[in-house]
Amino acid sequence: MSDLTDLGVARIRDGVAAGDFSAREVAEAYVARIEAGRPLNAFLVETPDHALAAADAADRARASGALKPLSGVPLGIKDLFCTEGVQTTAGSKILEGYTPVYESSVSANLFAAGAGMLGKLNMDEFAMGSSNETSGYGPVLSPWRRNDGGNVALTPGGSSGGSASAVAARLAPGVTGTDTGGSIRQPAAFTGITGIKPTYGRCSRWGIVAFASSLDQAGPMARDVRDCAILLEAMAGFDPKDATSLKLDVPKWEANLAADVRGKRIGIPKEYRIDGVPAEIDAVWEQGIAWLRDAGAEIVEVSLPHTKYALPAYYIIAPAEASSNLARYDGVRYGLRVQPAQGGLDDMYEATRAAGFGAEVKRRIMIGTYVLSAGFYDAYFNQAQKVRTLIARDFERVWEHCDLLLTPTAPSAAFGLGEKMADPIAMYLNDVFAVPASLAGLPAISVPAGLDGQGLPLGLQIVGKALDEQGVLNAALAFEERAGFTARAEAWW
Amino acid sequence: MSVDAKTVRHIAKLARIAVSDAEVAALAPELSNILGWIEQLQEVDVAGVEPMTAVIPNVLRLRDDVVTEGGIRDQILANAPAAEHGFFAVPKVIE
Repeated sequence: MSDLTDLGVARIRDGVAAGDFSAREVAEAYVARIEAGRPLNAFLVETPDHALAAADAADRARASGALKPLSGVPLGIKDLFCTEGVQTTAGSKILEGYTPVYESSVSANLFAAGAGMLGKLNMDEFAMGSSNETSGYGPVLSPWRRNDGGNVALTPGGSSGGSASAVAARLAPGVTGTDTGGSIRQPAAFTGITGIKPTYGRCSRWGIVAFASSLDQAGPMARDVRDCAILLEAMAGFDPKDATSLKLDVPKWEANLAADVRGKRIGIPKEYRIDGVPAEIDAVWEQGIAWLRDAGAEIVEVSLPHTKYALPAYYIIAPAEASSNLARYDGVRYGLRVQPAQGGLDDMYEATRAAGFGAEVKRRIMIGTYVLSAGFYDAYFNQAQKVRTLIARDFERVWEHCDLLLTPTAPSAAFGLGEKMADPIAMYLNDVFAVPASLAGLPAISVPAGLDGQGLPLGLQIVGKALDEQGVLNAALAFEERAGFTARAEAWW
Repeated sequence: MSVDAKTVRHIAKLARIAVSDAEVAALAPELSNILGWIEQLQEVDVAGVEPMTAVIPNVLRLRDDVVTEGGIRDQILANAPAAEHGFFAVPKVIE
Protein backbone atom coordinates (compact mmCIF):
# COMPACT_ATOMS: atom_id res chain seq x y z
CA MET A 1 0.00 0.00 0.00
CA SER A 2 1.33 3.41 -0.92
CA ASP A 3 1.00 6.28 1.52
CA LEU A 4 -2.55 6.36 2.84
CA THR A 5 -2.38 10.13 3.10
CA ASP A 6 -2.41 10.22 -0.70
CA LEU A 7 -6.04 9.10 -0.52
CA GLY A 8 -8.97 11.50 -0.44
CA VAL A 9 -12.41 11.11 1.10
CA ALA A 10 -14.03 8.82 -1.49
CA ARG A 11 -11.06 6.48 -1.77
CA ILE A 12 -10.71 6.17 2.00
CA ARG A 13 -14.41 5.47 2.40
CA ASP A 14 -14.41 2.90 -0.40
CA GLY A 15 -11.10 1.34 0.65
CA VAL A 16 -12.26 0.86 4.23
CA ALA A 17 -15.53 -0.62 2.99
CA ALA A 18 -13.67 -3.00 0.66
CA GLY A 19 -11.22 -4.01 3.36
CA ASP A 20 -8.18 -2.76 1.40
CA PHE A 21 -6.94 -1.17 4.63
CA SER A 22 -8.36 -0.44 8.06
CA ALA A 23 -9.74 2.89 9.20
CA ARG A 24 -7.22 2.67 12.05
CA GLU A 25 -4.33 2.60 9.56
CA VAL A 26 -5.74 5.66 7.78
CA ALA A 27 -6.18 7.63 10.99
CA GLU A 28 -2.69 6.71 12.19
CA ALA A 29 -1.16 7.79 8.88
CA TYR A 30 -2.87 11.18 9.05
CA VAL A 31 -2.04 11.67 12.73
CA ALA A 32 1.65 11.09 11.94
CA ARG A 33 1.48 13.42 8.94
CA ILE A 34 -0.04 16.17 11.09
CA GLU A 35 2.76 15.81 13.66
CA ALA A 36 5.33 16.12 10.90
CA GLY A 37 3.43 19.09 9.46
CA ARG A 38 3.48 21.23 12.60
CA PRO A 39 5.77 23.87 11.04
CA LEU A 40 2.81 24.86 8.83
CA ASN A 41 0.85 25.92 11.96
CA ALA A 42 -2.36 24.60 10.36
CA PHE A 43 -3.74 22.96 13.49
CA LEU A 44 -4.42 24.82 16.73
CA VAL A 45 -5.40 21.64 18.55
CA GLU A 46 -4.68 18.06 17.51
CA THR A 47 -7.25 15.46 18.53
CA PRO A 48 -5.73 12.10 17.57
CA ASP A 49 -7.84 10.29 20.18
CA HIS A 50 -11.04 11.47 18.51
CA ALA A 51 -9.87 10.37 15.08
CA LEU A 52 -8.61 7.00 16.32
CA ALA A 53 -11.80 6.27 18.28
CA ALA A 54 -13.92 7.03 15.20
CA ALA A 55 -11.60 4.84 13.13
CA ASP A 56 -11.96 1.94 15.54
CA ALA A 57 -15.72 2.40 15.45
CA ALA A 58 -15.54 2.31 11.65
CA ASP A 59 -13.54 -0.91 11.69
CA ARG A 60 -16.07 -2.49 14.05
CA ALA A 61 -18.90 -1.21 11.85
CA ARG A 62 -17.34 -2.86 8.84
CA ALA A 63 -17.09 -6.16 10.71
CA SER A 64 -20.79 -5.94 11.62
CA GLY A 65 -21.88 -4.62 8.23
CA ALA A 66 -23.05 -1.26 9.59
CA LEU A 67 -20.81 1.23 7.78
CA LYS A 68 -21.95 4.85 7.68
CA PRO A 69 -21.46 7.36 4.83
CA LEU A 70 -18.15 8.68 6.24
CA SER A 71 -16.96 5.68 8.23
CA GLY A 72 -13.20 5.69 8.35
CA VAL A 73 -12.76 9.26 7.08
CA PRO A 74 -10.80 11.55 9.44
CA LEU A 75 -11.41 15.28 8.98
CA GLY A 76 -10.02 18.61 10.10
CA ILE A 77 -12.52 21.03 11.63
CA LYS A 78 -12.10 24.80 11.32
CA ASP A 79 -11.78 26.39 14.74
CA LEU A 80 -14.96 28.40 14.13
CA PHE A 81 -17.05 25.27 14.84
CA CYS A 82 -17.81 24.63 18.50
CA THR A 83 -16.63 21.15 19.41
CA GLU A 84 -17.75 19.62 22.68
CA GLY A 85 -14.87 19.25 25.12
CA VAL A 86 -12.29 20.54 22.61
CA GLN A 87 -10.97 24.10 22.78
CA THR A 88 -12.65 26.43 20.28
CA THR A 89 -11.11 29.87 19.82
CA ALA A 90 -12.21 31.16 16.40
CA GLY A 91 -8.55 32.14 16.07
CA SER A 92 -8.96 34.75 18.82
CA LYS A 93 -7.09 35.26 22.05
CA ILE A 94 -10.35 36.37 23.62
CA LEU A 95 -11.55 32.74 23.47
CA GLU A 96 -8.30 31.07 24.48
CA GLY A 97 -9.17 28.11 26.68
CA TYR A 98 -12.88 28.20 25.82
CA THR A 99 -14.17 24.62 25.82
CA PRO A 100 -17.70 24.32 24.46
CA VAL A 101 -20.15 22.13 26.32
CA TYR A 102 -21.99 21.42 23.07
CA GLU A 103 -21.29 20.39 19.48
CA SER A 104 -22.02 22.49 16.39
CA SER A 105 -24.72 20.99 14.20
CA VAL A 106 -22.40 20.65 11.19
CA SER A 107 -19.64 18.82 13.08
CA ALA A 108 -22.28 16.72 14.86
CA ASN A 109 -23.68 15.75 11.43
CA LEU A 110 -20.21 14.73 10.25
CA PHE A 111 -19.51 12.67 13.35
CA ALA A 112 -22.95 11.02 13.13
CA ALA A 113 -22.01 10.04 9.58
CA GLY A 114 -18.98 8.21 10.96
CA ALA A 115 -16.22 10.79 10.45
CA GLY A 116 -13.52 11.37 13.06
CA MET A 117 -11.82 14.64 13.97
CA LEU A 118 -8.08 15.10 13.51
CA GLY A 119 -8.04 18.51 15.16
CA LYS A 120 -9.06 22.15 15.04
CA LEU A 121 -7.78 24.29 12.21
CA ASN A 122 -6.16 27.71 12.48
CA MET A 123 -7.93 30.65 10.85
CA ASP A 124 -8.09 34.42 10.69
CA GLU A 125 -9.43 35.83 13.95
CA PHE A 126 -13.25 35.46 13.90
CA ALA A 127 -12.87 34.69 10.16
CA MET A 128 -11.93 38.33 9.48
CA GLY A 129 -9.06 38.21 7.05
CA SER A 130 -7.91 36.90 3.70
CA SER A 131 -4.42 35.64 4.57
CA ASN A 132 -4.69 33.91 7.97
CA GLU A 133 -2.37 36.61 9.32
CA THR A 134 -4.97 38.01 11.71
CA SER A 135 -5.02 34.75 13.72
CA GLY A 136 -4.19 35.26 17.38
CA TYR A 137 -2.07 32.12 17.16
CA GLY A 138 0.28 33.02 14.31
CA PRO A 139 -0.18 32.76 10.57
CA VAL A 140 -0.56 29.47 8.72
CA LEU A 141 2.02 28.74 6.05
CA SER A 142 1.01 27.50 2.65
CA PRO A 143 2.72 24.25 1.66
CA TRP A 144 3.28 25.87 -1.75
CA ARG A 145 6.41 27.80 -2.66
CA ARG A 146 7.28 29.87 -5.68
CA ASN A 147 9.55 28.16 -8.18
CA ASP A 148 12.16 30.92 -7.93
CA GLY A 149 14.08 29.17 -5.17
CA GLY A 150 13.50 32.12 -2.81
CA ASN A 151 11.46 30.13 -0.31
CA VAL A 152 9.35 33.15 0.62
CA ALA A 153 6.68 32.13 3.12
CA LEU A 154 3.33 32.30 1.32
CA THR A 155 -0.17 32.71 2.68
CA PRO A 156 -2.67 29.87 2.19
CA GLY A 157 -5.35 32.58 1.99
CA GLY A 158 -8.09 33.10 4.51
CA SER A 159 -10.02 33.01 6.53
CA SER A 160 -10.06 29.18 6.23
CA GLY A 161 -6.26 29.18 5.90
CA GLY A 162 -5.53 26.28 8.22
CA SER A 163 -8.21 24.28 6.43
CA ALA A 164 -6.68 24.99 3.01
CA SER A 165 -3.12 24.33 4.09
CA ALA A 166 -4.11 21.04 5.77
CA VAL A 167 -5.77 19.70 2.63
CA ALA A 168 -3.03 20.91 0.27
CA ALA A 169 -0.28 19.49 2.50
CA ARG A 170 -2.24 16.23 2.86
CA LEU A 171 -2.61 16.58 6.60
CA ALA A 172 -6.30 15.75 6.13
CA PRO A 173 -8.34 14.25 3.28
CA GLY A 174 -11.04 16.87 3.78
CA VAL A 175 -11.96 19.67 6.16
CA THR A 176 -14.71 22.07 7.07
CA GLY A 177 -14.46 25.71 6.15
CA THR A 178 -16.76 28.67 6.47
CA ASP A 179 -17.39 31.38 3.92
CA THR A 180 -18.72 34.83 4.73
CA GLY A 181 -17.24 36.71 1.77
CA GLY A 182 -14.89 34.20 0.13
CA SER A 183 -13.28 32.43 3.07
CA ILE A 184 -13.66 28.95 1.54
CA ARG A 185 -13.11 29.83 -2.11
CA GLN A 186 -10.10 32.19 -1.98
CA PRO A 187 -7.94 29.86 0.18
CA ALA A 188 -8.99 26.89 -1.97
CA ALA A 189 -7.79 28.80 -5.04
CA PHE A 190 -4.52 29.80 -3.35
CA THR A 191 -3.67 26.21 -2.42
CA GLY A 192 -4.80 24.24 -5.48
CA ILE A 193 -7.75 22.50 -3.82
CA THR A 194 -11.54 22.52 -4.24
CA GLY A 195 -14.00 24.24 -1.92
CA ILE A 196 -17.71 24.91 -2.15
CA LYS A 197 -19.91 27.41 -0.34
CA PRO A 198 -23.48 26.12 -0.59
CA THR A 199 -26.65 28.18 -0.79
CA TYR A 200 -27.19 30.26 2.33
CA GLY A 201 -29.29 28.13 4.71
CA ARG A 202 -28.15 24.69 3.49
CA CYS A 203 -25.78 24.17 6.42
CA SER A 204 -26.84 25.01 9.94
CA ARG A 205 -25.04 27.93 11.54
CA TRP A 206 -25.82 26.59 15.02
CA GLY A 207 -22.61 26.26 16.99
CA ILE A 208 -20.52 28.15 14.44
CA VAL A 209 -19.00 31.21 16.12
CA ALA A 210 -20.92 34.04 14.46
CA PHE A 211 -19.22 36.69 12.30
CA ALA A 212 -21.86 38.10 9.92
CA SER A 213 -24.99 36.00 10.36
CA SER A 214 -26.72 36.92 7.09
CA LEU A 215 -23.64 35.77 5.13
CA ASP A 216 -21.94 32.99 7.15
CA GLN A 217 -22.16 29.56 5.52
CA ALA A 218 -20.24 26.37 6.20
CA GLY A 219 -18.88 24.22 3.41
CA PRO A 220 -16.30 21.55 2.69
CA MET A 221 -12.78 21.88 1.28
CA ALA A 222 -11.13 18.81 -0.21
CA ARG A 223 -8.92 17.58 -3.02
CA ASP A 224 -11.59 17.21 -5.68
CA VAL A 225 -15.19 17.82 -6.60
CA ARG A 226 -16.45 14.36 -5.65
CA ASP A 227 -14.98 14.61 -2.16
CA CYS A 228 -16.65 18.01 -1.71
CA ALA A 229 -20.01 16.54 -2.81
CA ILE A 230 -19.67 13.70 -0.29
CA LEU A 231 -18.76 16.01 2.59
CA LEU A 232 -21.38 18.64 1.78
CA GLU A 233 -24.06 15.96 1.73
CA ALA A 234 -23.10 14.97 5.27
CA MET A 235 -22.79 18.57 6.54
CA ALA A 236 -26.04 19.99 5.14
CA GLY A 237 -29.57 19.56 6.39
CA PHE A 238 -32.43 21.31 8.13
CA ASP A 239 -31.79 22.31 11.72
CA PRO A 240 -34.56 23.79 13.87
CA LYS A 241 -31.88 25.45 16.03
CA ASP A 242 -30.94 27.84 13.19
CA ALA A 243 -33.74 30.25 12.28
CA THR A 244 -32.37 30.66 8.75
CA SER A 245 -31.88 26.93 8.10
CA LEU A 246 -33.75 25.85 4.97
CA LYS A 247 -36.35 23.14 5.55
CA LEU A 248 -35.37 21.06 2.55
CA ASP A 249 -34.17 17.51 2.07
CA VAL A 250 -30.48 17.15 1.27
CA PRO A 251 -30.11 16.13 -2.39
CA LYS A 252 -28.03 13.09 -3.36
CA TRP A 253 -25.25 15.27 -4.71
CA GLU A 254 -22.69 12.50 -5.02
CA ALA A 255 -24.99 9.93 -6.63
CA ASN A 256 -26.13 12.54 -9.16
CA LEU A 257 -22.64 13.75 -10.05
CA ALA A 258 -22.15 13.82 -13.80
CA ALA A 259 -19.39 15.61 -15.67
CA ASP A 260 -21.91 16.90 -18.13
CA VAL A 261 -22.47 20.51 -19.18
CA ARG A 262 -23.94 19.78 -22.59
CA GLY A 263 -26.64 22.30 -23.34
CA LYS A 264 -25.78 24.40 -20.27
CA ARG A 265 -25.31 28.12 -20.81
CA ILE A 266 -22.28 29.43 -18.96
CA GLY A 267 -22.28 33.17 -18.38
CA ILE A 268 -19.08 35.21 -18.43
CA PRO A 269 -19.81 38.44 -16.54
CA LYS A 270 -18.10 41.34 -18.26
CA GLU A 271 -17.85 43.35 -15.03
CA TYR A 272 -15.43 40.74 -13.65
CA ARG A 273 -12.81 41.86 -16.16
CA ILE A 274 -11.24 44.45 -13.91
CA ASP A 275 -8.08 46.49 -14.15
CA GLY A 276 -4.99 45.42 -12.32
CA VAL A 277 -5.61 41.70 -12.51
CA PRO A 278 -2.54 39.78 -13.72
CA ALA A 279 -2.67 38.59 -17.33
CA GLU A 280 -2.19 35.04 -16.10
CA ILE A 281 -5.57 35.18 -14.35
CA ASP A 282 -7.22 36.25 -17.61
CA ALA A 283 -5.36 33.52 -19.48
CA VAL A 284 -6.51 30.78 -17.12
CA TRP A 285 -10.05 32.17 -17.31
CA GLU A 286 -9.95 31.99 -21.12
CA GLN A 287 -8.61 28.46 -20.86
CA GLY A 288 -11.47 27.53 -18.52
CA ILE A 289 -13.99 29.01 -20.94
CA ALA A 290 -12.47 26.91 -23.72
CA TRP A 291 -12.64 23.74 -21.60
CA LEU A 292 -16.32 24.21 -20.80
CA ARG A 293 -17.11 25.04 -24.43
CA ASP A 294 -15.25 21.89 -25.41
CA ALA A 295 -17.39 19.99 -22.90
CA GLY A 296 -20.51 21.09 -24.74
CA ALA A 297 -21.53 24.23 -22.87
CA GLU A 298 -22.74 27.35 -24.61
CA ILE A 299 -20.70 30.39 -23.55
CA VAL A 300 -22.55 33.70 -23.26
CA GLU A 301 -21.33 37.10 -22.20
CA VAL A 302 -23.55 38.53 -19.46
CA SER A 303 -23.74 41.64 -17.31
CA LEU A 304 -24.02 42.06 -13.54
CA PRO A 305 -24.09 45.86 -13.48
CA HIS A 306 -23.74 46.41 -9.70
CA THR A 307 -20.67 44.21 -9.28
CA LYS A 308 -18.32 47.07 -8.40
CA TYR A 309 -20.50 47.99 -5.43
CA ALA A 310 -20.50 44.51 -3.92
CA LEU A 311 -17.24 44.87 -1.99
CA PRO A 312 -18.02 48.26 -0.39
CA ALA A 313 -21.54 47.04 0.47
CA TYR A 314 -20.02 43.95 2.04
CA TYR A 315 -17.66 46.10 4.11
CA ILE A 316 -20.66 47.85 5.62
CA ILE A 317 -22.94 44.84 6.12
CA ALA A 318 -20.37 42.36 7.45
CA PRO A 319 -18.76 44.74 9.98
CA ALA A 320 -22.22 45.94 11.09
CA GLU A 321 -23.31 42.38 11.82
CA ALA A 322 -19.92 41.61 13.38
CA SER A 323 -20.10 44.59 15.73
CA SER A 324 -23.41 43.22 16.98
CA ASN A 325 -22.37 39.56 17.15
CA LEU A 326 -19.06 40.28 18.87
CA ALA A 327 -20.74 42.35 21.58
CA ARG A 328 -21.09 39.04 23.44
CA TYR A 329 -17.36 38.99 24.28
CA ASP A 330 -17.68 40.95 27.46
CA GLY A 331 -15.58 38.98 29.93
CA VAL A 332 -18.66 37.75 31.77
CA ARG A 333 -19.88 34.46 30.35
CA TYR A 334 -16.84 32.93 28.67
CA GLY A 335 -13.40 33.77 27.41
CA LEU A 336 -10.92 36.34 28.60
CA ARG A 337 -11.61 38.76 31.45
CA VAL A 338 -9.33 41.68 32.21
CA GLN A 339 -10.29 43.54 35.38
CA PRO A 340 -8.43 46.80 35.89
CA ALA A 341 -7.69 47.61 39.53
CA GLN A 342 -10.24 50.15 40.86
CA GLY A 343 -12.31 49.72 37.71
CA GLY A 344 -16.02 49.04 37.40
CA LEU A 345 -18.04 46.95 34.96
CA ASP A 346 -17.56 49.25 31.97
CA ASP A 347 -13.82 49.37 32.57
CA MET A 348 -13.80 45.58 32.61
CA TYR A 349 -15.63 45.40 29.29
CA GLU A 350 -13.28 47.90 27.66
CA ALA A 351 -10.08 46.37 29.03
CA THR A 352 -11.19 42.83 28.17
CA ARG A 353 -12.04 43.70 24.59
CA ALA A 354 -8.94 45.84 24.12
CA ALA A 355 -6.71 42.99 25.26
CA GLY A 356 -8.60 40.11 23.64
CA PHE A 357 -9.29 41.37 20.11
CA GLY A 358 -6.64 41.83 17.44
CA ALA A 359 -6.24 44.92 15.25
CA GLU A 360 -8.40 43.79 12.30
CA VAL A 361 -11.26 42.67 14.53
CA LYS A 362 -11.19 45.99 16.38
CA ARG A 363 -11.14 47.83 13.07
CA ARG A 364 -14.21 45.98 11.83
CA ILE A 365 -16.12 46.31 15.09
CA MET A 366 -15.48 50.05 14.97
CA ILE A 367 -16.53 50.36 11.32
CA GLY A 368 -19.66 48.39 12.14
CA THR A 369 -20.38 50.49 15.20
CA TYR A 370 -19.94 53.66 13.17
CA VAL A 371 -22.24 52.65 10.28
CA LEU A 372 -24.95 51.59 12.73
CA SER A 373 -24.67 54.66 14.96
CA ALA A 374 -27.34 57.33 15.23
CA GLY A 375 -27.28 59.63 12.23
CA PHE A 376 -25.35 57.26 9.97
CA TYR A 377 -27.61 54.20 9.90
CA ASP A 378 -29.60 55.29 6.85
CA ALA A 379 -26.68 56.68 4.90
CA TYR A 380 -24.51 53.60 5.37
CA PHE A 381 -26.29 50.49 6.58
CA ASN A 382 -29.64 50.95 4.87
CA GLN A 383 -27.97 52.11 1.67
CA ALA A 384 -25.79 48.99 1.69
CA GLN A 385 -28.79 46.72 2.25
CA LYS A 386 -30.54 48.36 -0.70
CA VAL A 387 -27.45 47.86 -2.86
CA ARG A 388 -27.44 44.25 -1.69
CA THR A 389 -30.99 43.92 -3.05
CA LEU A 390 -29.77 45.30 -6.40
CA ILE A 391 -26.87 42.84 -6.47
CA ALA A 392 -29.22 39.91 -5.79
CA ARG A 393 -31.52 41.26 -8.51
CA ASP A 394 -28.57 41.35 -10.95
CA PHE A 395 -28.15 37.61 -10.44
CA GLU A 396 -31.89 36.91 -10.80
CA ARG A 397 -31.83 38.72 -14.14
CA VAL A 398 -28.68 37.01 -15.33
CA TRP A 399 -30.28 33.59 -14.82
CA GLU A 400 -32.66 34.48 -17.66
CA HIS A 401 -29.64 34.26 -19.94
CA CYS A 402 -27.48 31.52 -18.42
CA ASP A 403 -27.45 28.60 -15.97
CA LEU A 404 -24.07 29.13 -14.33
CA LEU A 405 -21.30 31.72 -14.17
CA LEU A 406 -17.58 31.15 -14.62
CA THR A 407 -15.22 33.72 -13.11
CA PRO A 408 -11.79 33.87 -11.50
CA THR A 409 -11.91 33.03 -7.78
CA ALA A 410 -9.34 35.60 -6.67
CA PRO A 411 -7.54 38.49 -8.39
CA SER A 412 -4.06 37.03 -7.78
CA ALA A 413 -2.18 33.92 -6.79
CA ALA A 414 -1.06 33.47 -3.18
CA PHE A 415 1.08 36.35 -1.90
CA GLY A 416 3.86 36.47 0.65
CA LEU A 417 3.19 36.85 4.35
CA GLY A 418 3.32 40.51 5.32
CA GLU A 419 2.88 41.83 1.77
CA LYS A 420 -0.65 43.18 2.26
CA MET A 421 -1.06 43.60 6.00
CA ALA A 422 -0.25 47.31 5.95
CA ASP A 423 -3.18 48.20 3.68
CA PRO A 424 -6.62 46.92 4.78
CA ILE A 425 -8.33 47.84 1.51
CA ALA A 426 -5.71 46.02 -0.59
CA MET A 427 -6.40 42.97 1.57
CA TYR A 428 -10.18 43.37 1.16
CA LEU A 429 -9.78 43.36 -2.64
CA ASN A 430 -8.81 39.69 -2.46
CA ASP A 431 -12.50 38.89 -2.25
CA VAL A 432 -13.68 41.11 -5.11
CA PHE A 433 -14.86 38.10 -7.17
CA ALA A 434 -16.14 36.06 -4.23
CA VAL A 435 -18.27 38.59 -2.37
CA PRO A 436 -21.12 39.12 -4.90
CA ALA A 437 -22.26 35.47 -4.66
CA SER A 438 -22.06 35.76 -0.86
CA LEU A 439 -24.28 38.82 -0.81
CA ALA A 440 -26.80 36.97 -2.99
CA GLY A 441 -26.57 33.74 -0.94
CA LEU A 442 -25.70 31.66 -4.01
CA PRO A 443 -23.76 28.37 -4.21
CA ALA A 444 -20.23 28.82 -5.54
CA ILE A 445 -17.24 26.54 -5.90
CA SER A 446 -13.55 27.15 -6.55
CA VAL A 447 -11.73 24.55 -8.63
CA PRO A 448 -8.01 24.46 -9.45
CA ALA A 449 -7.36 25.56 -13.03
CA GLY A 450 -3.60 25.63 -13.44
CA LEU A 451 -0.33 27.12 -12.25
CA ASP A 452 1.00 30.60 -12.83
CA GLY A 453 4.51 31.39 -14.04
CA GLN A 454 5.80 31.12 -10.47
CA GLY A 455 4.39 27.65 -10.09
CA LEU A 456 1.49 28.70 -7.86
CA PRO A 457 -2.10 27.46 -8.22
CA LEU A 458 -4.87 29.57 -9.72
CA GLY A 459 -8.54 28.76 -9.27
CA LEU A 460 -11.72 29.51 -11.14
CA GLN A 461 -15.13 29.98 -9.58
CA ILE A 462 -18.44 28.53 -10.76
CA VAL A 463 -21.54 30.24 -9.36
CA GLY A 464 -25.01 28.74 -9.64
CA LYS A 465 -28.64 29.54 -8.93
CA ALA A 466 -29.89 29.27 -5.39
CA LEU A 467 -30.19 25.58 -4.40
CA ASP A 468 -28.50 24.39 -7.61
CA GLU A 469 -25.44 22.89 -5.92
CA GLN A 470 -25.85 19.95 -8.30
CA GLY A 471 -25.40 22.14 -11.36
CA VAL A 472 -22.37 23.79 -9.77
CA LEU A 473 -20.80 20.46 -8.81
CA ASN A 474 -21.46 18.88 -12.20
CA ALA A 475 -19.94 21.77 -14.11
CA ALA A 476 -17.00 21.74 -11.69
CA LEU A 477 -16.52 18.01 -12.35
CA ALA A 478 -16.54 18.57 -16.10
CA PHE A 479 -14.03 21.37 -15.57
CA GLU A 480 -11.87 19.23 -13.29
CA GLU A 481 -11.68 16.41 -15.85
CA ARG A 482 -10.43 18.78 -18.51
CA ALA A 483 -8.09 20.76 -16.28
CA GLY A 484 -6.33 17.58 -15.15
CA PHE A 485 -4.76 19.49 -12.28
CA THR A 486 -2.33 17.10 -10.59
CA ALA A 487 0.28 19.52 -9.25
CA ARG A 488 0.85 19.30 -5.51
CA ALA A 489 3.05 20.92 -2.95
CA GLU A 490 5.94 18.66 -2.07
CA ALA A 491 6.82 18.41 1.60
CA TRP A 492 9.66 20.79 2.59
CA TRP A 493 8.60 21.20 6.19
CA MET B 1 -15.40 61.04 4.98
CA SER B 2 -12.83 62.08 7.48
CA VAL B 3 -12.86 60.59 10.96
CA ASP B 4 -11.14 62.65 13.62
CA ALA B 5 -9.70 61.58 16.95
CA LYS B 6 -12.80 62.67 18.82
CA THR B 7 -14.98 60.47 16.63
CA VAL B 8 -12.65 57.50 17.04
CA ARG B 9 -12.88 57.85 20.81
CA HIS B 10 -16.67 58.07 20.59
CA ILE B 11 -16.93 54.92 18.43
CA ALA B 12 -14.50 53.09 20.70
CA LYS B 13 -16.63 54.05 23.68
CA LEU B 14 -19.79 52.78 21.96
CA ALA B 15 -17.97 49.55 21.04
CA ARG B 16 -16.57 49.17 24.59
CA ILE B 17 -12.97 48.91 23.43
CA ALA B 18 -10.31 50.80 25.36
CA VAL B 19 -7.98 52.70 23.01
CA SER B 20 -4.67 54.39 23.75
CA ASP B 21 -3.71 57.76 22.27
CA ALA B 22 -1.35 55.97 19.87
CA GLU B 23 -4.17 53.68 18.72
CA VAL B 24 -6.48 56.63 18.19
CA ALA B 25 -3.83 58.32 16.07
CA ALA B 26 -3.44 55.18 13.95
CA LEU B 27 -7.15 54.38 13.70
CA ALA B 28 -8.31 57.83 12.56
CA PRO B 29 -6.66 57.70 9.11
CA GLU B 30 -7.37 53.97 8.73
CA LEU B 31 -11.08 54.35 9.40
CA SER B 32 -11.16 57.47 7.22
CA ASN B 33 -9.67 55.53 4.33
CA ILE B 34 -12.10 52.64 4.66
CA LEU B 35 -15.13 54.89 5.06
CA GLY B 36 -13.94 57.03 2.14
CA TRP B 37 -13.77 53.91 -0.02
CA ILE B 38 -17.22 52.78 1.12
CA GLU B 39 -18.57 56.23 0.24
CA GLN B 40 -18.88 55.21 -3.44
CA LEU B 41 -22.13 53.45 -2.53
CA GLN B 42 -23.80 56.84 -2.33
CA GLU B 43 -23.69 57.11 -6.14
CA VAL B 44 -26.02 54.11 -6.57
CA ASP B 45 -29.62 55.03 -7.36
CA VAL B 46 -31.69 53.08 -4.86
CA ALA B 47 -35.00 54.88 -5.38
CA GLY B 48 -37.82 52.44 -4.71
CA VAL B 49 -35.47 49.62 -3.69
CA GLU B 50 -36.24 47.76 -0.49
CA PRO B 51 -33.33 46.93 1.80
CA MET B 52 -32.42 43.24 1.78
CA THR B 53 -33.79 41.34 4.75
CA ALA B 54 -33.59 37.67 3.72
CA VAL B 55 -31.26 36.62 0.96
CA ILE B 56 -33.00 33.28 0.37
CA PRO B 57 -36.79 33.39 0.82
CA ASN B 58 -37.65 31.69 4.09
CA VAL B 59 -40.37 31.76 6.70
CA LEU B 60 -39.85 32.37 10.37
CA ARG B 61 -40.92 29.24 12.16
CA LEU B 62 -42.71 29.07 15.47
CA ARG B 63 -42.11 26.31 17.93
CA ASP B 64 -44.04 25.20 20.96
CA ASP B 65 -43.48 27.51 23.91
CA VAL B 66 -41.82 24.92 26.11
CA VAL B 67 -38.46 24.49 27.80
CA THR B 68 -36.26 22.50 25.43
CA GLU B 69 -32.86 22.49 27.05
CA GLY B 70 -33.35 23.60 30.62
CA GLY B 71 -31.64 22.51 33.79
CA ILE B 72 -28.08 22.95 32.53
CA ARG B 73 -26.99 25.81 34.77
CA ASP B 74 -23.61 24.35 35.57
CA GLN B 75 -22.84 23.75 31.90
CA ILE B 76 -23.74 27.35 31.11
CA LEU B 77 -21.43 28.56 33.88
CA ALA B 78 -18.63 26.14 33.00
CA ASN B 79 -16.65 28.65 30.93
CA ALA B 80 -17.33 31.75 33.02
CA PRO B 81 -14.23 33.64 34.17
CA ALA B 82 -16.00 34.11 37.51
CA ALA B 83 -19.12 32.36 38.81
CA GLU B 84 -20.43 32.39 42.36
CA HIS B 85 -23.44 30.75 43.96
CA GLY B 86 -24.70 29.60 40.58
CA PHE B 87 -24.51 33.03 38.97
CA PHE B 88 -22.13 34.91 36.69
CA ALA B 89 -20.05 37.23 38.85
CA VAL B 90 -19.20 40.80 37.78
CA PRO B 91 -17.61 43.78 39.51
CA LYS B 92 -19.91 45.63 41.88
CA VAL B 93 -22.24 47.90 39.87
CA ILE B 94 -24.45 49.32 42.64
CA GLU B 95 -22.89 51.45 45.33
